[in-house]
Amino acid sequence: MTYEVVRNFAGTWGLIYLVVVFLGVIAFVLRPSMGKHAEDAANIPFNDDHSEGDISK
Amino acid sequence: MRHLSGTIILALGTLLAVLAAAFAADSLFRIHAIILALTLGIATIVMLRKVQVSGGKEVDRSGYMDEPVRIGVILTVFWGIVGFLQGVLIATQLAWPEWNIEPWFNFGRMRPLHTSAVIFAFGGTALLTTSFYVVQRTCRARLWGGDGLAWFVFWGYQLFIVMAATGYLLGITQGREYAEPEWYVDIWLTIVWVAYLVLFLGTLVKRKEKHIYVANWFYLAFIVTIAMLHVVNNLAVPVSLLGVKSYSMFSGVQDAMTQWWYGHNAVGFFLTAGFLGMMYYFMPKQANRPVYSYRLSIVHFWSLIFLYIWAGPHHLHYTALPDWTQTLGMAFSVMLWMPSWGGMINGLMTLSGAWDKIRTDPIIRMMVMAVAFYGMSTFEGPVMSIKYVNSLSHYTDWTIGHVHSGALGWVGMITFGAIYFLVPRLWGRKQLYSLRMVNWHFWLATLGIVIYAASLWVAGITQGLMWKEYDDQGFLVYSFAESVSALHPYYVLRMIAGLLYLTGALIMAWNVYKTIRGDVRSEKPMAASAMQPAE
Repeated sequence: MTYEVVRNFAGTWGLIYLVVVFLGVIAFVLRPSMGKHAEDAANIPFNDDHSEGDISK
Repeated sequence: MRHLSGTIILALGTLLAVLAAAFAADSLFRIHAIILALTLGIATIVMLRKVQVSGGKEVDRSGYMDEPVRIGVILTVFWGIVGFLQGVLIATQLAWPEWNIEPWFNFGRMRPLHTSAVIFAFGGTALLTTSFYVVQRTCRARLWGGDGLAWFVFWGYQLFIVMAATGYLLGITQGREYAEPEWYVDIWLTIVWVAYLVLFLGTLVKRKEKHIYVANWFYLAFIVTIAMLHVVNNLAVPVSLLGVKSYSMFSGVQDAMTQWWYGHNAVGFFLTAGFLGMMYYFMPKQANRPVYSYRLSIVHFWSLIFLYIWAGPHHLHYTALPDWTQTLGMAFSVMLWMPSWGGMINGLMTLSGAWDKIRTDPIIRMMVMAVAFYGMSTFEGPVMSIKYVNSLSHYTDWTIGHVHSGALGWVGMITFGAIYFLVPRLWGRKQLYSLRMVNWHFWLATLGIVIYAASLWVAGITQGLMWKEYDDQGFLVYSFAESVSALHPYYVLRMIAGLLYLTGALIMAWNVYKTIRGDVRSEKPMAASAMQPAE
């Protein structure tokens, strides 16, 4: 494998791969059914009402 | 038999350090090994006094493991003051070179001591400490791996700091910016860091919460990426098994590129991703409302991860680095502006509907200022990465000013906010000793940052323009020394700005100390000073 081969692979297939994965992640996050899920997730810091105490309850 | 295995390991470590000192290949390694032996020896004695061979009450392991978090908060404050003081000292050395005291305290050795003290000692301890706190609360699970693993990670990291700092003063360095410690200290940090990763992942796996909260994603990205950066950047061959010197596996421009791939991602994943983890937990908690948009926080996360890793080449504009690599670094740096501002907007808008808290709650005000500086420095950065701008700004004090608006403004302020949030909770106090002192800290720090950034903008642009000034014959108009003497007033201003920031941190230390003692200062409540509706 020469420098040129690696460079060309990275600049074509590597680039396409990363862009597709990235766009896939964004589409996944913005899909409509994510709404309720995201709201629950945003409240995770407030689920822990016994911050300093016993977590077994 | 509590603490027994730990004590034995420490004693063996001490013995190995003594042997390393005895058979050292060079005198610097010998001194460094003696320092290590002394540190481990003291730790062994401290542990020996704690060993209980039989009896003693069982430790309660049902709750969260907060003891390292408590010690971590105190150490964060301590390292902060050490690092800021160090900064004031080297600013003084730049303004008045007589302050260079050779050989141990000259600028060349004090400067990495300052950068490592603020980034790795202050920032790193803050990240370890808050990640222990946040991951437990958002997973509703105790730290994984028993108490031993958490203590190993915590004290192992402190040992790294001691070895790095003493090494710099002795003159032991591999000359890589923000990665100055030599090979043996690097290997130790790798061991500690892998243990940290295992501890964090283990805690995530045993979580009681279905979803992994976004703050943990940022902390995890910080841990994983730093592991990768640290290992690759420090690939080197030691000259001898018991000597300080090593040579990098890379050479020439590849070496430079590896260094700045590391260097910029240390900014991206240590000073940004990790502290964003803090923002996404402590800001909603202090404001008592969930983050503005959880989806935006996920987009923020993935965009940051995908883009940051490519930005390093902008440190090597107009060098032997291939042009396409420079342009790539510039393009990704400019694109980074978007996710950074997405995150800033997400942080600020968390206060939507509760804007009055900025007026009434100085801790929220501190966090808001942190996020504002996050936005400002992530706007300034992309501008400076544009090649044309960089041809003026590169190698000047503008760069130093930019780094400090991020470091003092973003990293410092969000950490102070987290400390003020944590201290009353960790020690079971109803409130801080004094909110008015938080307010003083806020204004001293803000004033310090503003003076710092402004004076170094002027200094940097002055420098850049003087270096580029040619006469009609094509000769340089100014000698280098003339540009140095032109900067003197700005260097003095910078030192004063540092003093203001340090004073703020000292006020915080007093406030933290009094809060831990359980005192409450009698003072007018903060909100009363603001305008009240007529009654």
